Amino acid sequence: MGALRPMGIERWWVLVFLTPTLIGLLLGTFGSIFATLGISFMDWDLLTPPTAAGISNYQGLPDDRLFMRSLWNTLAFAGLYVPLTVIISLFVALGLNRTIPGVSFFRVAFFLPTVSSPTAVGLLWTWIYAQDNGVLNEMITAMGGDPVRWLSRSVALYSVVIVNVWGAIGGGMIIFLAGLQAIPKDYYEVAEMDGAKSWQRLWFITLPALAPSMFFQCVLVTINAFQAFDYIYILTRTGNGNSTMPTLVFSIYRNGFRFFRMGDAAAQAVVLTCMIMVLTLIYFRLQKKWGAQA
Amino acid sequence: MFRFKRDTAGDLVAFTLLLIGALCMIGPFVWMMSTSLKPLAEQYDMRMIPQTVTVENYPRLFEIIPFHLLLWNSAKIAAISTFGQLLTCSMAGFIFAVVRFPFRNVIFVILLITLMVPGQITAIPQFIIFKFLGLYGTQAPLYAPAFLGGAFGTFLMRQYFLTLPIELAEAARIDGASLARIFFTIYLPLAKPALAAFAIFAFMFSWNDLFNALIYLPSNMEKTTLTVGLALFQTQYSGQWPLMMAASLISVAPIIIVFFLAQRHFIAGISMSGLK
Repeated sequence: MGALRPMGIERWWVLVFLTPTLIGLLLGTFGSIFATLGISFMDWDLLTPPTAAGISNYQGLPDDRLFMRSLWNTLAFAGLYVPLTVIISLFVALGLNRTIPGVSFFRVAFFLPTVSSPTAVGLLWTWIYAQDNGVLNEMITAMGGDPVRWLSRSVALYSVVIVNVWGAIGGGMIIFLAGLQAIPKDYYEVAEMDGAKSWQRLWFITLPALAPSMFFQCVLVTINAFQAFDYIYILTRTGNGNSTMPTLVFSIYRNGFRFFRMGDAAAQAVVLTCMIMVLTLIYFRLQKKWGAQA
Repeated sequence: MFRFKRDTAGDLVAFTLLLIGALCMIGPFVWMMSTSLKPLAEQYDMRMIPQTVTVENYPRLFEIIPFHLLLWNSAKIAAISTFGQLLTCSMAGFIFAVVRFPFRNVIFVILLITLMVPGQITAIPQFIIFKFLGLYGTQAPLYAPAFLGGAFGTFLMRQYFLTLPIELAEAARIDGASLARIFFTIYLPLAKPALAAFAIFAFMFSWNDLFNALIYLPSNMEKTTLTVGLALFQTQYSGQWPLMMAASLISVAPIIIVFFLAQRHFIAGISMSGLK
């Protein structure tokens, strides 16, 4: 690659230009990871000096009811949100890749929720889901059904998944569309000349060619799933500051930044990060396996 | 020329499904707007077109809460963050694209890996640092980190700078221009499309951010941002949907308007960040 080799004073400019990024990397990211690890072995309320706590913050996690519920909710949320988002946005992209009228209208429509503030749109959804006179329940009762408590403990998971998927389809669609547009047209021409049917073209050309987009999209959506917060905060927060569907990020928020139990929050953040890392590694392994076959 | 056989039935099915999907996407926004135009007494009238159309909810919003301060705080924080991100990410992107130096690729890959690090793990030490600096409760923690670059923006800018011919920099260098001069007078002006795309993203991330505003800013309407303000509003004025929808609409409107105007840049930005 033709690139400049810095000489003399130019070396200083290189350093100056990179300084913000390097500070961000060293202190912001890597420093923070080690600091969080360290804090997870301490008890610290930010008022008194920290005290060593050994692994007690981790040992306490199974007995922490908020944490265990959050852990379960996070896994259940991710288990529904990831496949739904990936599959629906794939189908939307496949549809938009056809020669049909109104493609640019559809693109804007599906993208609208992605750019809108989840807090503001979340308020709208609290009304759609409201128990009394809520939009959905009005429709249901108008058709003679019984109102549903959409944001109660037992149903909130599904209601929240719907809103999050609704908000994420646009981003996924764009990534798949970029992947689709990168597939060379002559693949399809050759296949057509050989008499391949449309489902065969989809199965043997389009989907394999989309594998990199699929991989990227799965990693991205999984990371987002484990970090989902905004909609959950707005939709499921209860009067006493708790949630009808707490997730790990909600639990970290509550322990760390409401109760200032930094040790507990750090331990939970470490658990969250480990789960994301393990899943990402699994995706990488799967991609290698797939890539080797193709 | 070779031409595809049109799969008309398939197109029709795809079109119908997409139309239903698009209505599900837009419907809630239409409902938001329609409700914001209803008088409070008619909020439970479930008609899509309000029986009585009124704009009274909008001025009322500014009377009952300091809504203009929420808007101002969010705009200010988002503007400063965007500036910080544009400056530091384009500086780093320029160096990664144009200059060769030891460990360049290693550092760049490490930077990309940080995209996978969840924000919650950095949030705790960051919070402690800002608290001990006495900045807890001020707006600085919301925009200061934007001046430390970032993987997403650096990557985006680097990709763009790579498309410019290296001869630009080489020629200027022979004429005796410093790296800083090459960057500010040649590369940065040429990168307007990429800067525009990235600026929209940076502004949107900051404008829509709830988590950081929630943990750093006091929960009162004078000092906090729009997102936290909306969450406070939700508890204080619960059940007054037309007011709440007016507030929501005002907070989503700026980004949606920019999105409409700069759609091309926006989507280019996403796909650039996506692959290659």
